Amino acid sequence: MNKLKTMNRTTRTNYLTYILVIAAYVILEVMLKGGGLKAATKGMLVPICAYIVMALSLNLTVGVMGELSLGHAGFMSVGAFTGTATTMCLVDAVPNTALRLCIGIIVGAIAAAIVGFLIGIPVLRLRGDYLAIVTLAFGEIIKSLVGNVYMGVDHGQLKLSMFTNELNMSPEGKIIIEGAMGIRSIPKIATFTAGFVLIMISLIVIFHMVGSRSGRAIMAVRDNYIAAESIGIPAFKYKITAFTISAAMAGAAGALFGNNYSSLIASKFNIDTSILILVFVVLGGQGNMLGSIIAAAALTILPEALRSFADYRMLMYAVILIAVMLVSNNQKIKDILKNAAEKRTGKKLAEGGAADE
Amino acid sequence: MNMKKVFAILLAMMMVFSLAACSGGSNEPAAEPAEEGGEAAEGAVQIHIGATGPLTGGAAIYGQAVKNGAEIAVDEINEMGGIQFIFQMEDDTHDPEKAENAYNALVDWGMDMMMGTVTSAPAEVTAADAYADRYFFLTPSASSTNVIDGKDNIFQMCFTDPNQGSGSATYIAENNMAEKIAIIWKNDDSYSTGIRNTFVEKAGELGLNIVTEETFTEATKTDFSVQIAKCQEAGADLVFLPMYYEPASLILNQANAAGYAPTWFGVDGMDGILTMEGFDTSLAEGVVVLTPYSADDDSELNQNFVAKYQEKFGEIPNQFAADGYDCIYAMYQAATAAGIDPSTMDHEAICDAMVAQFTSMTFNGLTGADMTWGADGTVSKMPNAVVIENGAYVGM
Repeated sequence: MNKLKTMNRTTRTNYLTYILVIAAYVILEVMLKGGGLKAATKGMLVPICAYIVMALSLNLTVGVMGELSLGHAGFMSVGAFTGTATTMCLVDAVPNTALRLCIGIIVGAIAAAIVGFLIGIPVLRLRGDYLAIVTLAFGEIIKSLVGNVYMGVDHGQLKLSMFTNELNMSPEGKIIIEGAMGIRSIPKIATFTAGFVLIMISLIVIFHMVGSRSGRAIMAVRDNYIAAESIGIPAFKYKITAFTISAAMAGAAGALFGNNYSSLIASKFNIDTSILILVFVVLGGQGNMLGSIIAAAALTILPEALRSFADYRMLMYAVILIAVMLVSNNQKIKDILKNAAEKRTGKKLAEGGAADE
Repeated sequence: MNMKKVFAILLAMMMVFSLAACSGGSNEPAAEPAEEGGEAAEGAVQIHIGATGPLTGGAAIYGQAVKNGAEIAVDEINEMGGIQFIFQMEDDTHDPEKAENAYNALVDWGMDMMMGTVTSAPAEVTAADAYADRYFFLTPSASSTNVIDGKDNIFQMCFTDPNQGSGSATYIAENNMAEKIAIIWKNDDSYSTGIRNTFVEKAGELGLNIVTEETFTEATKTDFSVQIAKCQEAGADLVFLPMYYEPASLILNQANAAGYAPTWFGVDGMDGILTMEGFDTSLAEGVVVLTPYSADDDSELNQNFVAKYQEKFGEIPNQFAADGYDCIYAMYQAATAAGIDPSTMDHEAICDAMVAQFTSMTFNGLTGADMTWGADGTVSKMPNAVVIENGAYVGM
C-alpha cells in the first residue's frame, strides 16, 4: 500500500512536469504568434530550451547517478559543432529547415554520445572528487580540440585537418569550421517548437529510465556502491549507460543552441558554462527535474531582467543567487513549506515520504 | 540564529538595491541630458542610437573606452542643438549569446540605428541580426571581415583584420625591418587568428622569413616564458604580436626579465599599452604599432577630444575611445545630410538612407582624414605606423 502511494506520487510529479511544460509552451507559442512578446523575450526562448535540456541532462548524471561532472559543456560543444556543421552541409540537400534541424540534432546527439561513451570508460572507474576533476579535464580537452578543427566542403568532398588550416580549398569550396574562429554565417533554423519537443523527449527518456530496472540499479549504486555490487549489480555498465544518455542529451541541446546563432566559437563552452549548468541543477534540486527546468529558465532570464541596473547587473545576479541558495537550503523555511503542504493535502506524510526529497 | 541570517540577507539586499538605484541615475550621463534636452526642444529630431559592448568582464576596457568616447560625441552634438542623439549602450560581456540578448533589448528600447558591437565575435552575431532586421549598423572596432561579409548595411570604422595583417607584413618587408620573424598569437581568439593568418599569407608572398610561431589561449595568457624562450632560441629579431595590449604588456615585461630585446611589432589592439595602469612604459620603448590613432596628434579636433576625455574620465583616450567618438560623428554627418527623422521614417527607411550616405560621403575624424566607405562596408584610411619613444608615440 505504502509502495503504491510513493509510486503514485512519483507518477503524479512526472505528469505535473509534463503538464507544466506543455502549458508554458502553449502560452508562449500563442503569444509568439499573436506578436505579444518583446524581442528580448523572443530571442531568449531557444537558448532557454537548450539550457533546460542541458540541466536535465546534467541532472541525470548528478542527481540520479550521483556523480559530479564538471565537463558537461564539452558534450554540448561536440553536439553544437557536429550538429551545426551537419545542417550547414545539408543546406542544399535538405531544403526543409525543420527536417534539417532534426537531422542536425540527431547527429549532434550521436556524436556527443560516442564521445561520452569513450570518456566514460576511464572516467566512470573513478568516484567522487577524482571523477569530478577528470571530467573537468576532459571538458577542457574537448574545448581545445574543437577549437583546432578545420573542416570544409569542396566539390561535394569533405576535408578535415587539425591544428593548422591545410584544407587547400578550391575557390568554390566552403570552409565550415575554421579553428578558433569556429563556424560562421550559420542560417538560424532553431525554433522554439524544436526546443519544446527536445525538452519533452528528454523528460520522457529520463522519467522512463529512472522508473525502470536500470534506473533503480543506478540509484542503488548511487546510494551504496558496495552493497549494490555485492548483490550482483554491474555498476559500471549501468553508470556508463546513464552517462552516455546524458552526453547524448547534452549534444542535442548543443545542436539546438548552435543552430540558433549566426556564429559559434569553441571558447563559449568553457568551464564557466559547465558550472552555470551545475548551478541550474543544484538550485533546482538534485534529482528534481521540474526544479532543473524552472532554475534553468529563471537563471537565464535573470541577467537580462536586471539590465536596468546597468553596471550593478552582475553584482545583483550574484546576490540574488546567494540569497536563493541560502533561503532554499534553510531548514526553517523548508519546514514552513512542508507544514503548509501537509495542511493543504490534509494528511500527514508517511515516514517513508521523506525518501523522495 | 536563522531568522537573524535571513534578516541580514534582506538588509544586505536592500542596501545593494538602493546603491544600484542611486548610481543608476548618474550612470548614463549621455542619455539623461539628451532626454531632457529633447523635451525642452519640442519637435527636434530625436534619434535613438543603440550600441553593445563588453562593459563588464575581461574585455571591459574596450567597451568602456568606446562608451566614453561616444558619450563625449553625443554630448557635443546635443549641445549644438539640431538633431538630438539619445545613446544607449548595453553590456554583452564579450559573449555572442549575451550580445544577441543585448541587441534584442535595444530593439525593444526603440533603437533607430546601431553603433555596432565593440568586439568581433559578438559583432558577428549582432551584425547578422541587424542585417536581417534592417537596422543601420556601424561598428567602431569589430575588425573581423565576417562582420561585414555580404551585408550591405554593416560598416566598419576600423581596419579589417586582413588589412592589418597584410599591412603589417608589407610594412616590415618594405622597411627591411627583420631577418627572422617570430609570431606570438592567441589561437582561440578570432581577432588574433584573423590577423595572424593574413600576416603569414602575405609574409609568404613577400618572402619574409618566419622562424617560429607560438600560441597562447584565454586560459594561458598570464605566463609567456615558454613562448619567449622559443622565440629567443630561434633567434628572431622581430616579434609580431597580433593581440590586445593586456597580454602584450605581460610579454614585454617577461621578455625584459629574460633579457630578450627584439623589435616588437603590434597592431591596433596594442594601442593603449602606454595608458595601462601599472605598466612600466620604459618596457615599451621601441615598440612599433600599426594604428590609425594616436592621442599625441596635435590637431585641434584631437586636442579638444583628449582634454574633454581627461577631464571627464581622468585618463588619456585610446584608439577605441576615438573610434566610438568618430562613429557618432560619422552617423551625425550622414543623418544630417540624409535628413533622417525617426518620427516619419521607420528603421528600414533610415537604414537605406544611411547606407546611401555612407557609400558616398567623405568623413574627417580623429582616426583619419578623408575616410570613405566601400559598398562592402570597409573603411579606407591611411594606416599609420608609430614607434614608442620616451613613453610617447612618434610617427615613423
